Amino acid sequence: MNPLPLYVAIPLGAAFLIPLLGVWWKKSGETLAPLFTLILAIMAIVQVTRPAAVYHMGGWAPPVGIALVSDGLSTLLLIAINVVGFLCILFSLKYMQMYTGLTKYYSLFMLMVAGMNGVVVSGDLFNLYVFLEVASIASYALVAFGVGAEELEAGFKYLILGSVASVMLLFGIGTVYAVTGSLNMADVAQEIAMRFGGEMNPALLLAGAFFLMGFGLKAALVPFHAWLPDAHPSAPAPISAMLSGVVIKSLGIYAICRIFFNVYGISTGSAGSVIFANAMIAFAILSIIVGGLLAIGQWDYKRLLAYSSIGQIGYVMLGIGVGARVLATGGQLSIAGLAILGGLFHLFNHVAFKSLLFLSSGAIQHATGTRDMKQLGGLRERMPITSFTTNMAALSIAGVPPFSGFWSKLLILIATIKAGHIGIAIVAIIFAFVTLIYYIKVQREIIYGTVSNLVEKAREVPALMYVPLILLAIACVGMGLLYPVVGPRVLEPARDALMNSAEYIQLVLG
Amino acid sequence: MNGMTLIVKTITDFVVGFIIVFGTYIVLYGHLTPGGGFAGGVIIACAFILLMLAHGKDVAFSKMPEKTAHILDSAGALMFLLIGWFGVTVGFFFMNTFGRGEAFRLLSSGMILPLNIAIAFKVGSSLFLVFSALAVFRRRSFRAMIEDELA
Amino acid sequence: MTVYFMCIVLLTMGLYCLVAKKNIVKKILGIVIMDYAVNLYIIIVGYKTGGVAPIIEPNMPAATLERFVDPLTQALVLTSIVIGLGVLSLMVAMCIRLYEKHGTFDMSVISKLRG
Repeated sequence: MNPLPLYVAIPLGAAFLIPLLGVWWKKSGETLAPLFTLILAIMAIVQVTRPAAVYHMGGWAPPVGIALVSDGLSTLLLIAINVVGFLCILFSLKYMQMYTGLTKYYSLFMLMVAGMNGVVVSGDLFNLYVFLEVASIASYALVAFGVGAEELEAGFKYLILGSVASVMLLFGIGTVYAVTGSLNMADVAQEIAMRFGGEMNPALLLAGAFFLMGFGLKAALVPFHAWLPDAHPSAPAPISAMLSGVVIKSLGIYAICRIFFNVYGISTGSAGSVIFANAMIAFAILSIIVGGLLAIGQWDYKRLLAYSSIGQIGYVMLGIGVGARVLATGGQLSIAGLAILGGLFHLFNHVAFKSLLFLSSGAIQHATGTRDMKQLGGLRERMPITSFTTNMAALSIAGVPPFSGFWSKLLILIATIKAGHIGIAIVAIIFAFVTLIYYIKVQREIIYGTVSNLVEKAREVPALMYVPLILLAIACVGMGLLYPVVGPRVLEPARDALMNSAEYIQLVLG
Repeated sequence: MNGMTLIVKTITDFVVGFIIVFGTYIVLYGHLTPGGGFAGGVIIACAFILLMLAHGKDVAFSKMPEKTAHILDSAGALMFLLIGWFGVTVGFFFMNTFGRGEAFRLLSSGMILPLNIAIAFKVGSSLFLVFSALAVFRRRSFRAMIEDELA
Repeated sequence: MTVYFMCIVLLTMGLYCLVAKKNIVKKILGIVIMDYAVNLYIIIVGYKTGGVAPIIEPNMPAATLERFVDPLTQALVLTSIVIGLGVLSLMVAMCIRLYEKHGTFDMSVISKLRG
């Protein structure tokens, strides 16, 4: 049987089963959430071996019915979401004991996973919007979970800006429906290709701008990033890891890729496609610059990581934007493929190292009670495992060979230079060094240096907390060295799904 | 919170039963007339919200305890998912597997009627919980906060 | 065309309310206005002059089928209203909590984080 609806049904069922049993059984969340997320993670990894497939909800074939679609890109995100979700739940078991209302926490967590899985497998524009709202509402509540003044303010800010993004997306979806008369993504794509032959009419351009703004806000691309540096540090550490690790990617980057590559379709010589590709590159460069510069000055460890997320998302977007521009201007397919592959590879790596860094920040906060980098130092002496894994992630994200971050940034840079954007490539290289600078700052202030008073009393966190760190650190190293294993199975199908939008239409409409 | 005046209380006692009956009608005939699980659930929740407004939270919670509302809330959603799961036995999630019955009768739409009932449970209890969370529990935490300030 | 334009005007009014007002309750109202502007827009997309309700009855003439309004947009708006209700209740709950913490609705007083 096709397992696609289970990716939504299992976490959704768990999200309601946990509070139901929680009425009588206080430990329902701690027991059931790891179990269900483990099942999901295994399912997602096994999904790699399955061919691209379509599931017709209720037996109604598209374009009438709602379709769930899994192709290479969906599989990539499914693996990221569910594996990181499982590791974050493992980390939560010990870390979240300082909070109350844990059944609600696990319930909201499962709801967020359900929403993200729904976004990733949905083949219908409005369904994508609904799942995006499910995931967003759960994450607003989770950011404010601590109900302190800071958490509430950050949550409220995130909620307001997220609602504006939702309004824009709904406006875009309404416009696309008005123009094409369909909501099924493949059907819309076919309609646009047939009716307009690649050249877009003004209404579609307007809708595209709204999509870019809405999803860009969810992905925290730079002019729309204001909520992220507040929301991500304020959330509990496992939630920060989920937000920075997978939420901004599945709700933002994935949706931008899907809409602009598969629904709008990047067609050669189309003015509209060039405009969108240029906008993507502009946002990407802004994100790289702003995220990198603001990260240097931060002394709050989690806030530094949050700004670093903005910068790294810029690299992902740069790869994808350059790929789109090469496709739209009729450049070589191999260069476009390389750029998109680099972007997706960096996305996949960023899932591993950024969730690792946020989890390690949680471990440090758990052990020492602070995340102020001025009060930390010499962690290597007291917490060897946490320090070692943090080091791995910092080296990887800073782009030191042979860690995974180096290879993905290299791919993006090579593709950018080959596509002829020398200036952009120089900026990207400079800010790759800026990334290295602020992660050297992290290492100097936290891991090495003299042992501070707070660290003196710290002890290594319990095994349930450091096992996820070790697994993610293995992923950071492994993805760089084992590319021949991971690449052809996970990344290249994802690239092909973006490059051949005709295949997507063929897959869904059959 | 002792509620409102005697006039309001008397009228509320009188109409609450009718509101619940009307809500149930909207739920059950949702597939034949305008309405359905969501609208009916909201109407049923309104009956309990009216009770809370007129009589105060103690009376409302004696009729619909918070715990029951929580259970109904989660159970309604799980019921919805389970009914969707029945479709898998025939082929697809949410496939209409139940007998369709005769058109324009109560049992004429297969699983839309049970789905409506599940949504009514979910929506009714969660709307009641949202209202009580916004209106009642705030006072408790507010008072606790003032006590913290004083201590 | 004018009705679409009016929707945009309503959307802009909501955005103005959101950006310019300091009171967080008014900010919430701005979000709600924006939400309703988009709902109105989608409803208008499916509107037809002289249309009838899309209910198929036995022995219906084909001409009536032509006059059906689009039911899909109404379903979309229903869903979006329900989502809006969920977001609104979360916003109001956070607003109450913020008031408890700070004793004010003024965002410029509440705001401590630098963004």
